[in-house]
Order: sequence, then C-alpha cells, then structure tokens
Amino acid sequence: MSSNVNSVSNVIKVALAVCAVCSVIISSAAVVLKPMQEANMLLDRNKNILAAAGIFDATQHTNADVERLFAEFTPRLVDLDAGRFLTEDEAARLELDAATYDQQRVRNDPEFSDALSGADDVASIRRRVKYSTIYTLDSGPDQYDLVVIPVSGYGLWGIMYGYLALESDGNTIRGLGFYEHGETPGLGGEISNPRWLAQWPGKRIFDDNDEVAFRVVKGGGSGEHQVDGLAGATLTSRGVENMIEFWLGDLGFGPFLDNEL
Amino acid sequence: MSGMKEILTKPLFRDNPITLQILGICSALAVTTSLTVTLVMCVALTSVAAFANLFVSVIRNHMPSSIRIIIQMTIIASLVILVDQVLQAIAYDISKQLSVFVGLIITNCIVLGRAEAFAMKNPPFPSFVDGVGNGMGYSLILIAVATLRELFGAGTLMGVTILPSVANGGWYQPNGLMLLAPSAFFIIGGLIWVIRSRYTEQVEQDEFVMAPHTVEGGAH
Repeated sequence: MSSNVNSVSNVIKVALAVCAVCSVIISSAAVVLKPMQEANMLLDRNKNILAAAGIFDATQHTNADVERLFAEFTPRLVDLDAGRFLTEDEAARLELDAATYDQQRVRNDPEFSDALSGADDVASIRRRVKYSTIYTLDSGPDQYDLVVIPVSGYGLWGIMYGYLALESDGNTIRGLGFYEHGETPGLGGEISNPRWLAQWPGKRIFDDNDEVAFRVVKGGGSGEHQVDGLAGATLTSRGVENMIEFWLGDLGFGPFLDNEL
Repeated sequence: MSGMKEILTKPLFRDNPITLQILGICSALAVTTSLTVTLVMCVALTSVAAFANLFVSVIRNHMPSSIRIIIQMTIIASLVILVDQVLQAIAYDISKQLSVFVGLIITNCIVLGRAEAFAMKNPPFPSFVDGVGNGMGYSLILIAVATLRELFGAGTLMGVTILPSVANGGWYQPNGLMLLAPSAFFIIGGLIWVIRSRYTEQVEQDEFVMAPHTVEGGAH
C-alpha cells in the first residue's frame, strides 16, 4: 500500500487531481463573485467622488444613497494635452465612453498614456493618461457648479488614488478624498481621516500669477494656500503636495481649468 | 466526545499557537490596529485552518509523502484565495483594509503547522475541530491585542468612540505607539507572561545555567 501511494504514477495522479479540483473551485468562485466585486469597487469609487464633493456624509448617508446622489453628476472626458473637453466626435473616434472609461486600466497602455520624464514626473507616477474622466455638477450649459478631477501621486508605500473637487472658479477646493492607498495605518493612512480632510475645503490652489501655490506644511499651515501636514508622515504629506502640484500643473489639469472654466 | 472538547479547547490557553508556539506573529502585528478588521481576519484564518485540516485529512491516505507539503500548500492557497474573493464580494471595505494580509494567511505557520502535525495523522472530523480550535486560539490573542491597541491607540472600539480623543475635542491623548507594530510585540509578550504564570508548565527551561561569579578568578 505505502509503496503504491509513493509510486511515481500516484504522485502525478494525486498532484493533477488536487490541482484540477482546486482550480475548478477557484475559477468558479472568481467568475461567480466577479459582478459583486466590480459593483463594490464602483460603489466605493463613486462614494469617494461624492465624499470629495462634500455631498456624502457618512453619518447621514449609507451605501444605498450613493447611486441616487451620484446620478446628479455628469461624467465628461478631458483631453489633458489639449486642455479641453473631448468632443463627442473625438470620443467616438477613440471609442471612449465617459461613463465606462477606466483610466487606471489604460495607465500603461502606450496608446492612451505617455511616459513622464524625471523632471516632469513630480508626483512619481511614471506614466500619465492622455484622457481623463472628470465629473461635473452642471448649473447650465457650459456652467459648472463643481468639477471633480481624479488625482494620483506616490506616497510612502505606493501610489495614492483620489478625487479632488473644485469650485466653479477652478481654483477653490471643495474637498479631497482617497479611494485607494497603501499608507501606514494611523500615520500616513490618516489622509483618509475626515478630520484631516476637513481643512481642505475653501483653500486655493493657484496664486495671483496662476502658479500652483498649494502646499502641505509641517506644523499648522493656515494660509489660504496651505493645509497642515500629517504628524509622523512627512513623506506621505510631501506625496500629497506633489500630487496636487502635478495634477493642477501644466501636464495635469492646469490648461483644462484655464480653458474651460 | 470529551476528546473533541479537548482538541477544541486545548489551543485556547494550554497550547495556544501564538503564545506557546509563537506562530502567526506576523499577522498578529499587522492587522490588530482595528478590532473590526481583526475580527474578520480571525474568521478568515479560522475557516481556512479548519477546512485545510479537513481536506488534507480526507486525502491523507492517498498523499505521496514526497509532495505532501506542496499539496497542503495548494489546498491552503486555494482556500485563502476563495476567502479573499468572498471578502471582496461581500465586505469590500474591510477587505480593502486587510489588503495583503488575507493573502498572507497562506504563509501563516499555524495553518500549515496544523495540517502537517495533526491532519496528516488524524481522521477528518477531529482534524476539522483541531483547525477550529487553533483558529480560536489565534483569534483569542488577536482580539485581546486589537482591543488594547485600538482602545489606547485611537480611543475607539470597532470604530465607536470610547475615550474621546483630543483631536476630536475630547480629553484622551491617544498613544501613537499603540498604532505601530512594536506595541503588539509588547502586548503579546505581556500575554505570554500572564499565561505562563498561570500555566507554569509552559515555562521553558534555561538552555544553560550561568556560572556563579568567581571572586578570585582573575579572568578580567
């Protein structure tokens, strides 16, 4: 019996059988659960956009409200190089749809993104997408109450992804929120703490010369271009500052905000 | 049935995988900053340990000894991926906070240790119970550590404020060390001390005895 169990043919048989059973179970689970997982990810991202815009309040709203609240926003595609909205014709030619376009997915696709050179890559994100989906609250044709732009930048452990909501002047911050980051819980991870994020609304990005003047300052930044950095998380704070500098700069949404708002 | 009860409860204090065998320390440090996250981690690890033991035990008589560890790892890894997928589907927020640590259950020594040490030699049902018992032993320590860390590190328990912190307008100054991994070492060390004072048979013998000072030795 024992020699039979340890024979080469039995080794191969058992190995194959275990692998086959395990892979069938794993793949069926992955397939069955995929729609739920994707719905969760989308919900989480949309909730974050609402939180950045100051519309979602965790004490008042639940996940069930996200869809209704989010329906008020219009997704629009922006051509970052040209600094303006993509027209419907252009979007159709590129086969892009604002509602379904996933810029994180095409981040490394040379057709949809450009490599950044060292000096340009302020936020250490290596590649920048050519087209980006932003979300607007419209008050009339070409009139925007609120613009929510995606931002990302390297923190201490990895790239932090979030949304920044701007008022109709394209300068005043309405709010910021991160939906994906790997910063240290309790230290850099406090970038998701509503209390820290609460100092962002009302701050301004650009100075009188239209340069990005926004800074994350150590030890109580209270100026109109400043927020207070996180204690014990210098590199994360710097990453957030670089992220704003890049995405509101010339390679980010700077030209778009000049042209369209 | 007293045998089953013994298998289930022995890993709680007398043969606790963390405090006696010092296994599974990595995740005990990593996920214990928040009690909610810890509870989910405990459920995940307990179910993986229990079912890994069960399946390993079911096929133990057909398992060639030359590839037994690989087969155990395949079963454990599959279960962990399954748990991770389920968490992403039904508890997305918590799965986000647990991030890589669910995946790291694969490398948790408790799971492989029990599969190799117990399930390879015992029938399926006792093996399953042993997995549950060891998962519970692990959970007990993690919950204790997480309670202390979240309470004193953030002033909350499961996100509910217990000690209003200064940052939120209260009086409690949170102990930042509690949120860092070293604090878990101190707490686990304290727990080991408490448990070994109660169960003195767990105290290990010194590996060697220091020789007494010799007054006129002149070695220095």
